[in-house]
Amino acid sequence: MSTMLEVSGLTHQYGQGERAHVAVQDLTFTIEAGQLACIVGPSGCGKSTLLRCISGLIPATGGSVRLHGDEVSGVPDDLAVVFQDYGRSLFPWLTVAKNVEFPLRWQKVSKAERQRRAAEVLESVGLAGVGKKYPWQLSGGMQQRVSIARALVSRPALLLMDEPFASVDAQTRGELEDLTRRVQRDLGSTILLVTHDIDESVYLADRVLVLSKSPAAIVADLAIDLPTERDQIATRESEQFVSLRGEVARLLQSPQVQRTGENAPAETPAATTGTDDTTASDATAASETTAPAEATGAALSDGADTAEAADAAGSPDPTAASRS
Amino acid sequence: MRTFAKGLTGLLGFFLLWEITVQAGVLPDYWVPPASEVATTFVELLGDREFLLGVIATLLAWLIALGVAVGIGVPAGLLLGSVPALQSASRALIEFLRPIPAVALIPLVMVTIGSGPDAKITLAVYAAVWPILFNTIYAFGEIDPVLLDSARATGANRRQALTWVALPHAAPFIFTGVRVAASIALIAVISVEYIAASEIGLGRYILEGGMNNGHLDQVMAGTVLAGLAGWAINSALVGSGRRLFRWADTEERATR
Repeated sequence: MSTMLEVSGLTHQYGQGERAHVAVQDLTFTIEAGQLACIVGPSGCGKSTLLRCISGLIPATGGSVRLHGDEVSGVPDDLAVVFQDYGRSLFPWLTVAKNVEFPLRWQKVSKAERQRRAAEVLESVGLAGVGKKYPWQLSGGMQQRVSIARALVSRPALLLMDEPFASVDAQTRGELEDLTRRVQRDLGSTILLVTHDIDESVYLADRVLVLSKSPAAIVADLAIDLPTERDQIATRESEQFVSLRGEVARLLQSPQVQRTGENAPAETPAATTGTDDTTASDATAASETTAPAEATGAALSDGADTAEAADAAGSPDPTAASRS
Repeated sequence: MRTFAKGLTGLLGFFLLWEITVQAGVLPDYWVPPASEVATTFVELLGDREFLLGVIATLLAWLIALGVAVGIGVPAGLLLGSVPALQSASRALIEFLRPIPAVALIPLVMVTIGSGPDAKITLAVYAAVWPILFNTIYAFGEIDPVLLDSARATGANRRQALTWVALPHAAPFIFTGVRVAASIALIAVISVEYIAASEIGLGRYILEGGMNNGHLDQVMAGTVLAGLAGWAINSALVGSGRRLFRWADTEERATR
């Protein structure tokens, strides 16, 4: 196995002098090709900054990032990013197919080839036939599938995902997790996914890196030796899963992780109770612990319902923010 | 189409009310001719070659003025919107120039340019450039950084992200500015035509009707045509804006 990503001594600070905020400090790790690695850490610990540095969207203030041996400066060609806010990251004036084709515009790919690849990758994320629609006509889960398709269309060597499932409902989240594992296996891609959700990190990953509170530093590097074939219900019930989840949760609660947080209550990850996070949307998800059992069978047939839910939430309007 | 019909109902109602008030003697007909008389004159005028040439001159001046205003406003807005230093440097100048009404500049323009078509075009451009400029600046200030990050993460460079993401994102805002500017430019062209006594144009015609022989029906018919032109232009732009920018919904916001 070759090394895909090599992060060494990565440091990033915002601002200068006394008001400087160190978001990431001296972070060193490597990701092997073909791995699905999750980075889990408390909210606001600098996970997103880390991902932005790795993707070359912002230059790190110290240290280096190497993608299969090449120093990263600017966004590398064979890297793609999936953001949390699908409503803000898809281009509303382009159809789904054109959104997916977008990364190929900067490469020497003929129009016919672009269309063919977009259709192909849309099919692989379970969205065959929606290419002519616009992103805002789709449910939240389907929109996030579109952004995953867009990220995969240029066949990136490394796929970075920043809290990719934090804005969808619990059932869709499960489907997207399985989708991520499937495409990763089918395409043999390397994925680095950032999340604050302990369950998700353990379920998805081959390897979990636990980050401390800001400034982010790695406190543990766990291999997840769950079977390759995972199941939303059976895997999550397995003894191995429960013990791994407990281990990650304990690590996150350890004084090492909480070093700057002793005086800050209400930030303790609630993993020991079986729920995994502190956001409102996930609190509701956790209260419906029986729902996924019925849900997995229903799989992809929820388009209409979730579309309405997405409309009700009203988030996909790109100009909504400007109304105030 | 239904909103169009509703809009038309209001307009017809207005003409009906006008006719009734004059016929009933509430308003003296030597002061305001009845709507029916104005309508007859209006139809007659549509066959009057000289009048039509005047209307064409006005609309042509309007179209050129709007085109020039877009040509100035959009690039200037792009520049000011994407270079913060330039924006803050030009703020005082813009805030000084903007409140000056175009009509107040007529004497200055008459002295320097005269009262030909270039005078009315110049003043209409001046009046129309502001909404376009401000909407363009605003549109670029509003752009979601996540949208630009998404573009850059696909490998687009700065210029590509500007052309293919920032510009389409700004298009509906800019279009709203153009729509507002279109009405303002028409007002400016016609005002200059009769205040600066242009040789030809709708404004000139209205002025003649009033000055020479007290032909109030001609004055009113010209005024009605100006109103209809403004209404038609605005409706056409609202309609095409809805079709073009279905994803953005800014037209609704602009009327709020």
